[in-house]
This record gives sequence, structure tokens and C-alpha cells, in this order.
Amino acid sequence: MPAIPSHVPEPSRTDPALIRNFCIIAHIDHGKSTLADRMLQLTGVVEQRQMRAQYLDRMDIERERGITIKSQAVRLPWAPTHDKGTAHILNMIDTPGHVDFTYEVSRSLAACEGTILLVDAAQGIEAQTLANLYLAMENDLTIIPVLNKIDLPAAQPEKFAEELANLVGCDPDDVLKVSAKTGLGVDALLDKVVAEVPAPVGVKDAPARAMIFDSVYDSYRGVVTYVRVVDGQLNKRERIRMMSTGATHELLEIGTNSPEMLAADGLGVGEVGYLITGVKDVRQSKVGDTVTSQHKGAEDPLGGYKDPRPMVFSGLYPLDGSDYPLLREALDKLQLNDAALVYEPETSAALGFGFRVGFLGLLHLDVIRERLEREFGLDLIATAPNVVYRVIMEDGTEVDVTNPSEFPEGKIDEVYEPVVRATLLAPTEFIGAIMELCQTRRGTLLGMDYLSEDRVEIRYTLPLAEIVFDFFDQLKSKTRGYASLDYEPTGEQTSSLVKVDILLHGDKVDAFSAITHKDQAYAYGVRLVAKLKELIPRQAFEVPVQAAIGSRVIARETIRAIRKDVLAKCYGGDISRKRKLLEKQKEGKKRMKMVGSVEVPQEAFIAVLSSDDSAGSGKGKK
Amino acid sequence: MPSALPDGEPVPADGALPASALAGAADRPLGFYLHVPYCATRCGYCDFNTYTATELRGTGGVLASRDNYAETVADEVRLARKVLGDDPREVRTVFVGGGTPTLLDAGDLVRMLGAIRDEFGLAPDAEITTEANPESVDPAYLATLREGGFNRISFGMQSAKQHVLRVLDRTHTPGRPEACVAEARAAGFDHVNLDLIYGTPGESDDDWRASLDAALGAGPDHVSAYALIVEEGTQLARRIRRGEVPMTDDDVHADRYLITEETLSAAGFDWYEVSNWATSDAGRCLHNELYWRGADWWGAGPGAHSHVGGVRWWNVKHPGAYAGALAAGKSPGAGREILDDEDRRVERILLELRLREGVPLSLLREDGLAASRRALSDGLLQQAPYDDGRAVLTLRGRLLADAVVRDLVD
Repeated sequence: MPAIPSHVPEPSRTDPALIRNFCIIAHIDHGKSTLADRMLQLTGVVEQRQMRAQYLDRMDIERERGITIKSQAVRLPWAPTHDKGTAHILNMIDTPGHVDFTYEVSRSLAACEGTILLVDAAQGIEAQTLANLYLAMENDLTIIPVLNKIDLPAAQPEKFAEELANLVGCDPDDVLKVSAKTGLGVDALLDKVVAEVPAPVGVKDAPARAMIFDSVYDSYRGVVTYVRVVDGQLNKRERIRMMSTGATHELLEIGTNSPEMLAADGLGVGEVGYLITGVKDVRQSKVGDTVTSQHKGAEDPLGGYKDPRPMVFSGLYPLDGSDYPLLREALDKLQLNDAALVYEPETSAALGFGFRVGFLGLLHLDVIRERLEREFGLDLIATAPNVVYRVIMEDGTEVDVTNPSEFPEGKIDEVYEPVVRATLLAPTEFIGAIMELCQTRRGTLLGMDYLSEDRVEIRYTLPLAEIVFDFFDQLKSKTRGYASLDYEPTGEQTSSLVKVDILLHGDKVDAFSAITHKDQAYAYGVRLVAKLKELIPRQAFEVPVQAAIGSRVIARETIRAIRKDVLAKCYGGDISRKRKLLEKQKEGKKRMKMVGSVEVPQEAFIAVLSSDDSAGSGKGKK
Repeated sequence: MPSALPDGEPVPADGALPASALAGAADRPLGFYLHVPYCATRCGYCDFNTYTATELRGTGGVLASRDNYAETVADEVRLARKVLGDDPREVRTVFVGGGTPTLLDAGDLVRMLGAIRDEFGLAPDAEITTEANPESVDPAYLATLREGGFNRISFGMQSAKQHVLRVLDRTHTPGRPEACVAEARAAGFDHVNLDLIYGTPGESDDDWRASLDAALGAGPDHVSAYALIVEEGTQLARRIRRGEVPMTDDDVHADRYLITEETLSAAGFDWYEVSNWATSDAGRCLHNELYWRGADWWGAGPGAHSHVGGVRWWNVKHPGAYAGALAAGKSPGAGREILDDEDRRVERILLELRLREGVPLSLLREDGLAASRRALSDGLLQQAPYDDGRAVLTLRGRLLADAVVRDLVD
């Protein structure tokens, strides 16, 4: 039976000394959501019969893929086993688990004093977890290392406890061993959170300052903003001010989650909860921003706020051109809940009307595309993902290129591309394969460390463009799925980059233009031209397929003209059948896109552009 | 499995046609197709409605056998008379096809023709054709047909090469079809056709030239040359899928077609339809031209299709079910479709474009006209007829006729 403490302090009247704010850092599939579920049960905030798997993950896609995209915060009362009389308040802040959302993760971490480092006892730590762990260490959080799934036959608790101890700098015996599935050891873990995570410290009588660590659009209530109060107090019905924009709103409701929303009188120092102001768009309530009172508010915001910056762009086009307004509407709706999603209309000669959409990363792209297709019933063509290039012309003008087909033709002085610092974790036997891959992707080795005898951490600087293109798949296949990858943007570098155009029957196909390093342009051209030759059916005339840099052709194939397209026989009994076949062929023709005079099946666009086999870092469960 | 029938609405039990179908009928020629659904063996490439058993029993125990088949078909001819009412037309063409019509006695074929003569009357210059298997006719058989009123005969030669015939499951001896032509001429047939198939797996260009030369040497006045179509559900399709025989490439078909045109035109033949050549206008198959020009024809026999004034219907496929319907005094029609103006326009384009006379440009809409101009500049249509208002395919255009049709119907 859950141990529900008798005297539970109420929001706005909770002594900061009794508060523990913590989060859980874990890799996808290492059991974070299951552990959260167990904590909800043990602390009695969710009764057994209401329990459903992964209670906190709200979106279907999250539940299906077993990943968490949007974070939440839950207020859990817990009286530690050694002191049953003193109810503490544990605020569990659920963090996004993916590299694309590093900024959101960093804000979640900033709302906490401690973190549970949860690692699968059968798999060991993964690169993304490591990256988040380093982030937590930078934020000076107390780390509680925990091995999960110790009930699994394949578990190696000794080995991985050693690994965690090395990373965190503790004794292997201090690593807790739990099974979130069975609940084994979870109460001890809650006790340890109370014992080890420091209580929040803030100035009670100062002007209110609360940091927004999440902002979620709810179709009934508008935007729900999650905050951690640092100083002072926010009270119901007061007017508040967003410090980055100066915008003021009336506080319609303030409260905590247990795990459903529960209104309260206010939130005091160290407390975590939600605000509702009636705004309809998460961009008016930005993650990382500071909330203060309008009347006698704070002068200085809390540090660390950043505007979300899209790193990866892709053109999204409806397969059926008449769906364009639907696509616009769908993007508008998704943007309500996703401040990082940016888009603007774009026209492609080959694909018609669509949008150039900016994403935080590949998973973000995948999730958005999947939601557009699933929730809004759209059939989309997505162009190959690309990064943003900064092009300096010889006359000193500067052009930002988010669409490869807009790469300037004139005299170019320099081209800058974004680079990332990539961290790869893998068994030592794959060091060679990983280094070879990174080398071919224009990587520069930064360093290498052994995590344990047989696991290694390799760090590289890589152009982001090399990662958005099938890097993750290559990595997985070269390491039989054992390697994990994390990366963070670190700036930009100049590179010898060129635009490769694809010409069909002499006409440039904008959707197929790509920016590549000049040493890779030839291989790219040859590959794409060969693929198109295979995918485009023979036409009434010969169709040259060319890849070119400017006016210089670097690869060429020819689709031979079709010579026979006629059924030999035509009897009286064939006529209905022939007419129906013709109708069917006409339907098929409608699904062709005309590129100049060449009919290109949409399947060809999808096959060439599809990021299904080139994106996918962190896609689903690995 | 023979090919499936189309979907359609049911045919009334008495086979009655809507009044619209008979309006203006007097201005259209009327033909009869008589289907004989029997074969000695089934050929691996064939998807026609045909059976190798000599007796097939239908629902209600009605027996459909080769022996009483002519009488059963005569029943349908009498039904046609009732359905067409006081339509005064004499019949312009009769075509007996199959299956293998010559598996029936020559007297049976003559009897079926007699039913048409009795009920409708034959035009004085009526074209009366039967298909014939080279192995199942002899001079006496041919003489009986000729005396009974048949004046055109079409032999299934397919190829002069034994190894090609074997892939097609044809049982006749090379040389036999050519001998048949001489026997038919001797019996007094004015018009003799040889059917040829090219592009059979294993056939070479030279094999095909040899077949054309052998056919021409026999002196027919008509040649049909069809690219082998591998129909779904045939034995040949299965053998190709299993990799036992190779699929012929479309480019090979195109090459063979060009060889055909070159060889036949050098021998004095002119194409008048994509797959048909004749030495003179009189040598053309008028019956097939009725199909291609949207005339009226009544198809009698199991699975046969009919068309009268924009109503197309098809009979039940099984000979037993067919005989059963007629024995019960009902129409054997399994389904029908009533074509609207657009259907008829599209059908005219898709059929007439295959003909030497082509399609009147007046049938085309704006987009179709634009497409026809493109086809002209791409060398798929001939300039001179185009200037006179007709879309007529060039040699290259004939090989791409279906693609041109797809554009012209827009």
C-alpha cells in the first residue's frame, strides 16, 4: 500500500526546506517513464486502478515510441522511511530525452537541485544520457546514480555500477539498484532523493522570479506554463510580466500537478507548478523566460534564456496540391505548442506550393512530419533535410541559405556551415569503424576516453550537414547498433561547398538541388543520377539525367525513349477492358509531377528525397 | 482461367435493350460474332473463354456439348431476332471464332450461319469468316464451309518455327498452315488470313523473319501480327514468373514490329490497323472494322460481348450456364453497361486511332488538341492527314498508340 503522509504541506505554504526538486536523466527505453509511474503509485497520487502505462506521456506518438517529447512536473508527497512524520514535497520534473531538445533539457535541469541518473543495467550508459549528465554536472546538480531493470537476466549490475561510479565519482556500492517494473528499490530511491538532493534556496521577500521550463498548448485551457519559483511568490489573480518581451497577462489560474492540474493560492520559493493566463500560443510563454509580478516586479531576469534556433530545414509539400491550405492550418496548430517550429511558404517548380520548415533537429523533423500525417491526415513529400549556410559574396553581401536551390550563383567569397561537437559511445571493438565513418564525414577528432575496459567515448567536430544525412544509420550499421550518438552545435566553419543541381531533360529540378563538399559532389551526383534513372519510367523521348555544378556537368545518365506502348490485340470483347485500363492509367498519370516535359512519378520524389532512410537518429526504440 | 468479365449492371431476363440503343440503327451496319468455346488443348498463352472437355453440364442439368452446340447458338440468334424486333437490317458480317471453331463439324458451322440467314438475312456482299486450326481442316471440310456460304477463313499459324510453337503449346506441324492456304484457295475462298505472333520467349529476329517469309510464301491476302501478350492467370505467365522462360523485352517487340512492317509492305501489304495488314481494301477484315468503328454486333456464345447503339453486354462464361439460360428461354447476358457520350467519345479515340484512317480532330477537346499538336511535332502523327483534320499515327506512333491515346482523350 502507498504510504500517503498525513500532513501534506499545501502549495504557497510549503517550507522550502521540505522541498526536493529533481529530474530523471535516462536514455530512451531505459525505463524513465516506468519509474515515474511507480513513483506516482508509491506516493499515492495515482491510485492503482487509474494507472495506465506511462501516465505522464500525453501524446500518442510519445506513448507509441516510448519516448518523452514534452516534459511535465508532478508534485509528490513523500515521508521518508526513517521519519514517517515529516511529509516532504518531491517535485519530479520529467525531461525530454532527446538531443534535439537539449535546450529544453537544460531548462528542466535548471529547475532542479538534483537528478536521478537512470541507466539500464543490461545496456550501460548511452551517449545522449552522458551528454545530459554532463549538462547536469555543469548545473551543479546532485547526481543519484541508479541502475534499472536489475530483474532482467541480461543485467550486469556490477559492471555498469563500476561504469557509473567512474563517471559520477562515487563508490560502486553507492549506485542504487532498482526494478521500475516490479517496484523493487523505488521506495529506497525516494528516501535517497529526500536525503541527498539539496532543498531549494531563494529569497522569500524579494520580487517574484520564476523560470519557465516548459510551455504546453492545451486545446481547452490555452497555454499551460510550467514554472519553478526562484524568489518571492506568485499569487492567484495577480498580473504577471514575461521579462523577455515585457508582455503582461492576468494569472487566471495557478497550481500544481498531482498529476492532474490542481488550482492553488500561489507558489512560493522553490515550488514548481503551472500558470494559466489565457494566451493561445506557446511563443508568448517561452521556455527559459522569467516570470515576475507586474506590480513591483523584479528588475533582472534569471540567466540562461535563449531563443530556440532551428538547425535543420526541410521543404514540406502536400502530395495533393489542393491540400496546401490544410497543411498551413496544421502547421499553425502545431506551432501553438511548439515554439521551436518555424516555417514560411515556399514554391518549388517540381513540387508546387509548400513550406520550408525549420526544426531543432532530425527527431523534431520526424515527429512533426509524423504528426502532420497522422493527426491531420496529410500525405507529404519532405525534401532532404539541410542545414543553414551563410554565404559571403565577393562584394561583401551576406546571404543565409535555408534552401539549397537558393544557393547564390554569383561570385562567392566564403561559405560557412554549422558544426557540432559529437560524442559517440561504443564498445572498443568499433573504434576503427567509427573513426573511419567520421573521417569520411569531414570530422576532426577531439579526443577519446575509456569509460570502462571495453567502452569508449569518442569526441569529434563534425559539420552538422554530415549528420543530418544518414550519419546515424551508417553509425548504427557499422557498429551493429551498439554505438550511440549525441551532438551539440558549437558554431560554424568555412568550407569548400558547392551546389549540385540535377537536370532532367535540361531542366533544373529545384527539389533535388543539394549543397555538398566539393570532394563529395561527384559521388553525390553519380548516385542521384543513377537512382533517378532507375525510378523514372521511360518517356516518349530520350531523357538525359544530369548532375551539374553551375554549368559543368559532373554525371550523366540517359533514360532511353520508350519504343513500345501499345497493346497488340483489340477485339470486340476487349473494348470495355481497354477503356477501363485507360481510365486507370489516366489516374496514374495524375499522380505524376511534370518537370518540364518529363513525367516524374511521385514515388520517385519520395524515394529520392525521403529522409526515412537517412534521418532517424533516435527514431523510436533503438 | 479465362480472363474475367467486366463489372456491370444486370441484363433483363428477356435481354431487352433500352429504346436508345435501337434509335438510328438502320444507319449502322450489323454483324454477328459466334463464339465456339472448345479447344482440343489449352495453349499456355491463351486467356480466351474456352474449354477442352467435350461435354459441360450447367445448372439444372442442361447439357452443353459440342454435339448440340450449333443448336444452342441458333437459339441465341433467335433470341437476338426477338430483342432487335423489327430492325430491318441484313447482316453485313459473320465471324466464327473461339476456341477452335473447326473442332465442330463443318456442317455445324454452316447450320449456325443458316440460323442468321433465316432470322436476319445476309447482305449480298456479306463477309462470312471462320477461324480455323490448321490441323483440324482438310479439303472436304473447307469445301463444305465454302458451299455453306463462308467466304473468308483465318488460320492460326503463329510461327513457322517449331521451338516457338512449342513455347506457345501449338500442336500443328510447321508448314501445315501454309498448305491450308492453298487448300482454302482451291476450295474457292476469296480471302485468307494468317495469324502470327511475335516476341515469344526464345524467338529471334531471324525466326520472326522466317515466319513472315513462310506466311507470305503461302499467298494470303491478309496477315494479323500480334505481339505476344502475357496475360495474367495464364500458364505462360506462371512459367515466366517462375523463371522457366524469359519475358520478352518491349524493345524487342518494337524491333519485331518494325521488321513486320518492312517485310509486309515490301510484299505489297498495307497496314490498316495497328496489328493488321491486307493486300487491298477488299482484303481487310470488315468484321473487325465493325468493332473498331463502333458499329453494332451481336456476340452469341458463352462469354461473348455484344454492342448495339451504345449498350454493351456480355454473356455468362460457362457453356453449361449459357445453354441453361437459353433452354429456360432467358437471355444468357451476365451484365451490361450503357455508355454515355464521354465513354463513346473515349472509345472512338482509343479504337479509331489504331486505324489507318485515324481519328477526326473534331473529336478532341482543347487539351487533347494541344496534345495532338505535341504528338505531331514529336513525329507520332502524320502531317498530311493532320492538315486535313485527322490524327493518323506514323510508324513510330503506332508503337506508342496507347500513350498517344492517353493524351488525346484529355
